[in-house]
Amino acid sequence: MTQHRKWGLFFFLTPVLLWLTLLIVLPHIDLLRMSFILETDTGETEWRLSNYASFFKEPIYWLTFVRTAIYSIIVTLLTLVVALPVSFFITKVARPGTRGFLMLLILLPFWVSELVRVYGWMILLRESGVINHFLLKLGILDQPVEMLYNDAAMILGLVYTSMLFMVVPLVSVLESLDDSLIEAAYDLGADMGTIVFKIIVPHATPGIVSGAIVVFMLTLGNYLTPNLMGGKNSLWFTEQIYNQFIASFNWNQGAAFGFLLLLLSSGIVWLGLKLSGQTLGKVVR
Amino acid sequence: MADDMQIDLGVEKVTKKFKDFTAVKAVSFEVEQGRFFSILGPSGCGKTTLLRMIAGLAEPDNGRITIRGLNMAGIPPNKRPANLVFQHLALFPMMNVADNIAFGLQRRGEKKATVFKKVSAILERVDLPGFEKKKIHELSGGQKQRVAIARCLVLEPAVLLLDEPLGALDLKLREQMKVELKKLQAKVGTTFVYITHDQSEALVMSDQVAVMNKGHFEQLDTPKNLYNRPATPFVARFVGDNNIWSGHIRDRDNNTCRFETPDGNVFHISGDQPWRNGAAVDLFLRPEAMIIQPDPAHTGLNRFEAHIRSLLFDGANSRIIATPKNSDRELLVALPQNRQHDDLCPGDIVEIGWDKSSGICFATETETSP
Amino acid sequence: MNKSLLSIVMLFLVSIAAYPGYTGAETLSLLTWKGYAPKVLVDKFETETGIRVNVTYTNNEEMIAKLRATRGAGFDLAQPSQDRISSVQKKYRIYQAMDIRKIDTAQIIPSMLASVKKNTSVGGEFHAVPFCWGTSGLVVNRKIAPDALDYSDLLNDKYTGRISYRLKRPTLIGLAFAMGKDPFSLYNDTDAYKALMEEVGQAMIAAKPLVKNYWTNGDALLQSMRSGEVHLAMAWDNGGWKLHAENPDIDFVAPKSGALGWIDTFALPAKAKNIDAAYQWINFMLRPQNAATFTNLERAPTASAGANQHMDAVVRANFDRSFPQAVIDNIKWYPPVPSKLEGIEGMILDKVKASR
Repeated sequence: MTQHRKWGLFFFLTPVLLWLTLLIVLPHIDLLRMSFILETDTGETEWRLSNYASFFKEPIYWLTFVRTAIYSIIVTLLTLVVALPVSFFITKVARPGTRGFLMLLILLPFWVSELVRVYGWMILLRESGVINHFLLKLGILDQPVEMLYNDAAMILGLVYTSMLFMVVPLVSVLESLDDSLIEAAYDLGADMGTIVFKIIVPHATPGIVSGAIVVFMLTLGNYLTPNLMGGKNSLWFTEQIYNQFIASFNWNQGAAFGFLLLLLSSGIVWLGLKLSGQTLGKVVR
Repeated sequence: MADDMQIDLGVEKVTKKFKDFTAVKAVSFEVEQGRFFSILGPSGCGKTTLLRMIAGLAEPDNGRITIRGLNMAGIPPNKRPANLVFQHLALFPMMNVADNIAFGLQRRGEKKATVFKKVSAILERVDLPGFEKKKIHELSGGQKQRVAIARCLVLEPAVLLLDEPLGALDLKLREQMKVELKKLQAKVGTTFVYITHDQSEALVMSDQVAVMNKGHFEQLDTPKNLYNRPATPFVARFVGDNNIWSGHIRDRDNNTCRFETPDGNVFHISGDQPWRNGAAVDLFLRPEAMIIQPDPAHTGLNRFEAHIRSLLFDGANSRIIATPKNSDRELLVALPQNRQHDDLCPGDIVEIGWDKSSGICFATETETSP
Repeated sequence: MNKSLLSIVMLFLVSIAAYPGYTGAETLSLLTWKGYAPKVLVDKFETETGIRVNVTYTNNEEMIAKLRATRGAGFDLAQPSQDRISSVQKKYRIYQAMDIRKIDTAQIIPSMLASVKKNTSVGGEFHAVPFCWGTSGLVVNRKIAPDALDYSDLLNDKYTGRISYRLKRPTLIGLAFAMGKDPFSLYNDTDAYKALMEEVGQAMIAAKPLVKNYWTNGDALLQSMRSGEVHLAMAWDNGGWKLHAENPDIDFVAPKSGALGWIDTFALPAKAKNIDAAYQWINFMLRPQNAATFTNLERAPTASAGANQHMDAVVRANFDRSFPQAVIDNIKWYPPVPSKLEGIEGMILDKVKASR
């Protein structure tokens, strides 16, 4: 009997363990090893911390790093601000029949690749784009305006890309919010702001935190959207990693950057959990 | 009503429609200060809609709601001097007991020290002293109930609205809470408007009860009058149990008339009966108005013999089902548990008597109802 | 019980492992640039040889990174630029030597073959044969910017907001030439090269407000020029010619300080599986008719001798218009890039991108 169970466990666990080791653990160990190696001019390798040191020595690296972190936090907050009313509308205001349809509308853009979505925005926002065309037609503008290639366009694109990942956990957490709690608060003298911050947000905190973690990670690790929509001023840390690997052939430096990004995202997620008083276990559930 | 009594809640011809369904039809009533007022009706009768309109969670399409003389039209719930205890209580699970109770006070911007004092005072009132720091999920059903009421009472509303707050409790606790709630209301003196579908809750606690059906009030009266003198067949059926017997009025004189059933039973009914001779009426006869094997010496009773079909033992509420000798009509008859009738078995023939004044007649309804 | 379960699992795994063997048709995995394997030619190759062609599109840098990651496996044939082969090969050994006997050398312009052989030889063996060539220079809307004649105009505030170029090494090199320097001559003097690149980088940072965007996708750039959002760009000649066919105002302009000449090649990855098919593809693509088909579609001339007679008149007109003999003589051909330069250039390009 126990023999059988052992075999069963082995049978089901093996693929999972194989998958984890081969595709996640081993490459990371290799990258970690690589990040501590310095290739000298003669092509020899030495164990050094210089890849990490050069990150702190070169302002351009850590400034990009800080910029990426700050913008990711801004995007996460903005996504929350946009997604909360949307999720509230879907769960509490819309009739049950239209709920599924509204979720479908949110989901629809994600049936195409991120590249297509970003190009869609570029067609809308570019100088010769759709929005400019209509503004000119309506006489609101007399000169087309370039709406792409700035931080606002980049943030717009990132928020758009992240929306779904915030709306889904919020919808599921708001569905469990009893309407009468909102009515009770209203009846007891609360105004809209108090209801949002004292009732809805505390109730939705697990969903907000899990959505925020996903959105933050996705934004931090995004490459396409900052690059295409942010244009000339949008150096993102992932791009720096890409450049190290691809353009400069400096895999060791790139690996070090990759690990720094991993540390950064883990650190900020940890901080976010601490500040919101949540635990990872609770949020993941 | 007395002139010196202040009217806390006035409802005038209030109507509410949902698409082509009229939930509340031109309902009017007034509640005096300090009264326990109940609205009793089956689910779907419009009582919850009416309560939500008083709370401000819904707006009437027509009519006027006044609280202490102030017109409430356009005033949102957070600005009304009325508070609602929700059916499922709606305590805020993310806050402890004290924060729940303090919620309304804080919204009014009251000082911390005042809030603290008021919260502990009201907890004392509802017999939960020292419960401030408890989490909501740590409370029992009855304790939650009291916190929910305390949360509203602490705001000293002109009117406290209660939406079937005992519905979720088990039977024993519900019986207990009925009494407690009545006591509490007497103690604080706040005007209560209580809605329920449970006639016993309404009868036990209320000073006045309005029986509501299909959007309008059938009767507004004291519990005793509702029971003894129902104004409509609906009230007669809904408040307490009744046997209904169709027949015709014969030989009426000033004080009594004869009632004949199609199956040949003849009874005398006393009291002021407005029927003409030959009128088709339904006779409403309460199970507890019928006496099994009455004292032969007792005159003034209608008597008939009946077969016992079955015995329904239910403690103090035990009944028998019996059919009159020459009829198939099943009647419910109260079976007092005073050991006097312990020997009754199904199939026995017993004499049943009822006082001439206990039967109430209503004109036979053209539409059939339950 | 357990034995039979295990044997089922084993059978399953074996059948998966063996699966590619059952597909039957021979395949050629090609790692190349967009447009280098036109569908007509892929279909023609397949009917001629029965070999299916799997194409992966990429650029020089990613090509190297991909092959480096697998140590030269996963592809049967790659098409890097000739200047990006020798230093990479010295360091990472991602290519294998070419067997000249398998190549129909009569089809190839001898001078180009010789030059590529020389530039890609490591350890006495050569690693590539030429396929096509072209130049980087300016693509200009000449109606609006008739005076844009050199790379230095990419930094000219006359065209503020209408300029586009890539943040890649050709831009640095073109701008260096426009400053009157010769970056190629500094290839082996790392410090001097770095100083020159810093100087170019500073100029680019100063002129950053003039730039519309740094383009990354050739089609997107063409769209920007077509719609009039960009009037002046640094780009490949064939892109300029494509636009010229649609709008005669736009054309490729060989910069005064010299167009940058590149040659893209055929090279065999170190662990290529189907070498035979790779050689067949090389010979097929350099056959004059096929090379001309490619040129007619992509406007890029090839190393195929005798392809000229099959070329469209329009295509020939492009060469005649943009490349008079004096301009051809002035083309700056990329010499092989020594290692380490990429790191220097990457750092400077990052600085340009990050600056405000």
